[in-house]
Amino acid sequence: MKRAEFVIIGAGPAGLRAAKSLLDAGAKVLIIDRSDLLGGQLTKQTHMFFGSEKQHASKRGIDILKLMVDAIIEHENLEIITNATVVGLYKDFVIGYVKADVYYKIQADSIILATGASEKAIPFENNDLPGVYAAGAVQTLMNVYGVKPGEKVLMVGSGNIGLIVAYQLMQAGVEVVKLIEAASHIGGYLVHASKIKRLGVDICTNMSVKRALGKDHVEAVEIWKLDAQWKGIEGTEETLEVDTICMAVGLAPLTELLQQLGAEVKYVRELGGNVPVINQQFKTSIDGVYACGDVAGIEEASSAMMAGEIAGIEAALSRGYDVENAANRLNELREDLSNLRNGPHGEKIRAGLAKLGVL
Amino acid sequence: MRIKEHPILTFEAKEEIQFYYNGERIVGYRGDTIASALHAAGVKKLSESIHQQRPRGFYCAIGNCASCNMEVNGVPNVRTCITPLEANMDVRQQVGKGRVR
Repeated sequence: MKRAEFVIIGAGPAGLRAAKSLLDAGAKVLIIDRSDLLGGQLTKQTHMFFGSEKQHASKRGIDILKLMVDAIIEHENLEIITNATVVGLYKDFVIGYVKADVYYKIQADSIILATGASEKAIPFENNDLPGVYAAGAVQTLMNVYGVKPGEKVLMVGSGNIGLIVAYQLMQAGVEVVKLIEAASHIGGYLVHASKIKRLGVDICTNMSVKRALGKDHVEAVEIWKLDAQWKGIEGTEETLEVDTICMAVGLAPLTELLQQLGAEVKYVRELGGNVPVINQQFKTSIDGVYACGDVAGIEEASSAMMAGEIAGIEAALSRGYDVENAANRLNELREDLSNLRNGPHGEKIRAGLAKLGVL
Repeated sequence: MRIKEHPILTFEAKEEIQFYYNGERIVGYRGDTIASALHAAGVKKLSESIHQQRPRGFYCAIGNCASCNMEVNGVPNVRTCITPLEANMDVRQQVGKGRVR
């Protein structure tokens, strides 16, 4: 069986940054990703990031990705396997993956899970019709493949993803008919909301989807007002002519592999669902297994990068590698991470991490 | 439904690839996934569900949800949203669990 000292599952912002830390420490790294592109969700982030300069603020996600890939891609100690789905993670650290219909096994010494998250859906009549797409899927279709999801879109959800993807739909020449939000207030940054409002998109709170209409695909949608208990109010229905319903209703960490491995997970609503119980080192309940990025709790790409770097450094240290200036760098990263989570938008994350006992 | 103009991204002319959808010849681009090529050609319905034969399209586009499963070159349950398009692929709408051809 093939052996690898450090295996990173997932080549998104967390995984790529963890790889950089490990390579810098002199370790050999294997990255496995199920897509044929490196970068996870960064491949479609055409917007500029916020935060401080250290976190690449005011650079676009796709450009940050290029920097991250360029920083490691030529490294002689790096091996990358793309188009490969990890399907089994065993207690003896054997990793099973499928590539082009062939099953392979690798024996790892240490595993870093950076598997990210999957998009949630909400229940309504006909929510399974083609044309009801997750917001990230719409982003992939447009920004990676250059294909429009449709011509007229209803955006559901006013978190940052809903607001940003609404803007990106308009950049692609797609009409955003309305953006609705079930809560009584806009969830994401107001700067994003103002931008799309200025462009004429109607943002309605206390509103949700009653049902999608159409035979083989979405042809229209019925929306309605919600009462304080989030129940639809009869008589308030409104029909919109749209061919796409874009769902930006949250993300759930992809912890299945961690659970196969027997790592302890806990349901923490504020972090998006089941998350691994990790410590300050981003180590799970199993020695040698780390989890960073959205799989350890839904946050954002900037925090995923920092988490990845911490996890990478800690994993290297745990196997006796010398990391230059490790203590200082770790302190700096932890401080940056806590600054990022400090604002009002970090309230949920902080509550979630407190439940996990990490804060 | 290809994006022609974009303020940030440039979509350069790519090599055209021919493939088959339910026996009909369709053109996609090198770099497409099967699902993106079909969507660009106006095909949104990719399969019919197992129990109620309801129409299914893709949902997550990252290979996670299995909503985009189709029969490709005689193999059912191929995740078309992450499978790169190749010339002359035989792509078929899947009914239920599909069948091996």
